[in-house]
Amino acid sequence: MKNISKKFLFGAFGALLLIILAYVGCNQSKSSLSGNEAERVYVDPGNYDEFYLFTSGGFSGQMGVYGLPSGRHFKTISVFSQNPETGYGYSEETKAMLNTTYGFIPWDDSHHPELSMTDGVPDGRFIFINGNNTPRVARIDLKEFETKEIIEIPNSAGNHGSPFVTENTEYIVASTRFSVPIPQSDVPISSYKENFKGTISFIKLDPQTENMNLEFQIIVPGFDYDLAHAGKGPSHDWAFFTSYNSEQANTLLEINASKNDKDFIAAINWKKAEQYLKEGKAKTVSAEYYRNYVDEKTHTAVSQLNKQVKVLDPKDCPGMIYYLPTPKSPHGVDVDPTGQYIVAGGKLATVIPVHSFDKMIKAIEDKQFDGEINGIPILKYDAVVAGEVSNPGLGPLHTEFDGNGYAYTSSFISSEIVKWKIGTWEVVDRIPTYYSIGHLCIPGGDSKKPWGKYVIALNKITKDRYLPTGPELTQSAQLIDITGDKMKLLLDFPTVGEPHYAQAIPAELIMKNSQKIYRIEDNGNPYAVKSEKDTRVERKGNEVHVYMSAIRSHFSPDNIEGIKIGDVVYFHVTNLEQDWDIPHGFAMKGMNNSELLIMPGQTLSIKWEPKKVGVFPFYCSDFCSALHQEMQGYIRVSPANSNVQLSYSLGK
Amino acid sequence: MKTKSAVLIAIGALILILTFFFPLWTIDLDAPQYPEGLGLRIWLNEISGLRPNDLQNINGLNHYIGMKVIEPDAIPELEIMPYIMIFMILFGLLNAYLRNKKLIYIWLILFVILGAIGIYDFYMWAYDYGHNLNPNAPIKVPGMTYMPPIFGSKQLLNISATSLPSVAAIVIFISILLNVVALYLSRESKNAK
Repeated sequence: MKNISKKFLFGAFGALLLIILAYVGCNQSKSSLSGNEAERVYVDPGNYDEFYLFTSGGFSGQMGVYGLPSGRHFKTISVFSQNPETGYGYSEETKAMLNTTYGFIPWDDSHHPELSMTDGVPDGRFIFINGNNTPRVARIDLKEFETKEIIEIPNSAGNHGSPFVTENTEYIVASTRFSVPIPQSDVPISSYKENFKGTISFIKLDPQTENMNLEFQIIVPGFDYDLAHAGKGPSHDWAFFTSYNSEQANTLLEINASKNDKDFIAAINWKKAEQYLKEGKAKTVSAEYYRNYVDEKTHTAVSQLNKQVKVLDPKDCPGMIYYLPTPKSPHGVDVDPTGQYIVAGGKLATVIPVHSFDKMIKAIEDKQFDGEINGIPILKYDAVVAGEVSNPGLGPLHTEFDGNGYAYTSSFISSEIVKWKIGTWEVVDRIPTYYSIGHLCIPGGDSKKPWGKYVIALNKITKDRYLPTGPELTQSAQLIDITGDKMKLLLDFPTVGEPHYAQAIPAELIMKNSQKIYRIEDNGNPYAVKSEKDTRVERKGNEVHVYMSAIRSHFSPDNIEGIKIGDVVYFHVTNLEQDWDIPHGFAMKGMNNSELLIMPGQTLSIKWEPKKVGVFPFYCSDFCSALHQEMQGYIRVSPANSNVQLSYSLGK
Repeated sequence: MKTKSAVLIAIGALILILTFFFPLWTIDLDAPQYPEGLGLRIWLNEISGLRPNDLQNINGLNHYIGMKVIEPDAIPELEIMPYIMIFMILFGLLNAYLRNKKLIYIWLILFVILGAIGIYDFYMWAYDYGHNLNPNAPIKVPGMTYMPPIFGSKQLLNISATSLPSVAAIVIFISILLNVVALYLSRESKNAK
């Protein structure tokens, strides 16, 4: 009996195995790949990728850095969310970065990375990204791959249409998703039409200091503003912003904001706005907002509270803003490399409308208006449209360009990328994406000179594409070759957070400037020590400052006594290394906020409030050397009323 | 003495100016963790890294084996050598002017002796750094010393050290050679007479 059942079991197991094998085999044969795709994305060990890809982290609030074509993940840049791995947003040097007028906010929802441009081409100096939730724009330095500045945007409620830069990064633009009472006030939600307004913001990047300043805002009708892109070449002076909910609904928007046949793209002449600003047409209104920036000398974030902003009203500024009617709740607005065509992604439309910049200018000259809203003339659709792409797939969202006369539009509902020809508006190719593509990215694909080698599909759903990991699955992007007539899928790769949008740039434009260490001589942090000789512990009332150094393989000091319950201890740890890729960690037992990851030549500080009497260890948490495990120390914590003298030592 | 010889002696003296702008000796260290290279440059008046922080990084690595910190300021030879070189240049120029063979021989012998002393001194420093190790060093390999080579390559634990004369040393060699040639040419001219 036993034997039979065993045999039966083995037999059944064997059969199951066969079925599984058949299934796996079947799955493999279902793969759409054939040919040399593996070679195309394989980067030999020790060799470099051709492009950097920067993806937004979506709800992670951070930014991912990848290589293309391999899809390898290199770094997650901390932007809007705290990161206890490094101490970002916890350390005394970084926590001010997350200050807002709503207090300290340790998270956000980041959507659109945008590289700085010179002459309409990404220059590799900075990358900007928006905080969607609590309206903010961050500037990340690409020498260090670190967030250097975050500016809050007042009079905005959902900074989705942001941060898109003008041709020479003169401005970073931002539009509000939600319209709200401006200034904020306690009114019934049903008074939307009467009280709610939108704003479009122009953040100036100072060419000298490279700091951001909210130069002016334009007050606009209470629609939902969605996305934006600045013009280039002939349309240099202009920026374009999509809007939906021109119905001005305040509830059940999926129905109520989908009624109108056409919503609007706002075309704003920012040069004209600058002129009105100069002429004093702007009203200075009070509006509190923070600008947090890293002081280059002290390497420490500083928060600056601003209290006023200049606001332009289209009623006082003729010729500054026009509405281009655009079918069905347009989402993306993308300007082709020549600066001539403005492509809208009407997410509920059956065609992709393409506006002509020249026709728009002519229509303005000829006053081809179809009424106006709050002083903003509406141009006639037929007078501005250059063409319509038929059969673009369902739910067209975003378009990027390859620089060879073709445009690539993502279609969310039909889950595909559609390639079409600029000028003839004919669809020439389409490729499915897995699944439900949102944005797409061609290196430099929103610039004057795209590097049109790949398109990256940034998908919303992955389902069965990877090994499952419970209900929460990985996020993912796909690399597609666009060098031939037919698009060709090369690679799926997982990403950290939702890869909402991404930008890519040739690696050579960035890697040559990548910083290796911070020079210790240039460390202006007031709590830095320049050598082990300067390490010390100082008491100021119940505040204790530990000026500590870290170098392979010890901390100085590593024995500290005389700390008492009730003390507030600040560890100021300077990494004295000047060697490439030798960070040190600092990890304290029972630390309530985070560990620190300190780069060579850097000083970071963390606050510790001991709660228990005893002797507690600290150690280096980044494997630094052969004697990393010896890189440790002790702190003695005595009762509040104890008379243990403050003392510290190393090697005694 | 022929003018040709005097010119050679003058050139031999003047090219020594180059020794102030190029290192005498290079020590390059090759280790798995340093694909970008790590090295020392020994000059007339200083010891520097191949890259800005190499000296500090080498000292950092050396502390594991208990080697003394290399402190250029604590090496008196680096203060004396520039003056010796200036002296040799002036002496050489004087020889070109005086064309006195005896003095040229003195210059030559002196320079060769100084060079030999220099290399011996370098050897002594290297020996001292390599052998006089801190007994409390974290890494102690029985029988192991860490004297870098003076000429050629040597494996020191994970590091392969290669030591070679550099531009300034070659310039000194050429300068000596020019003087030898100058003497040789004048001897020939004497015979011709």
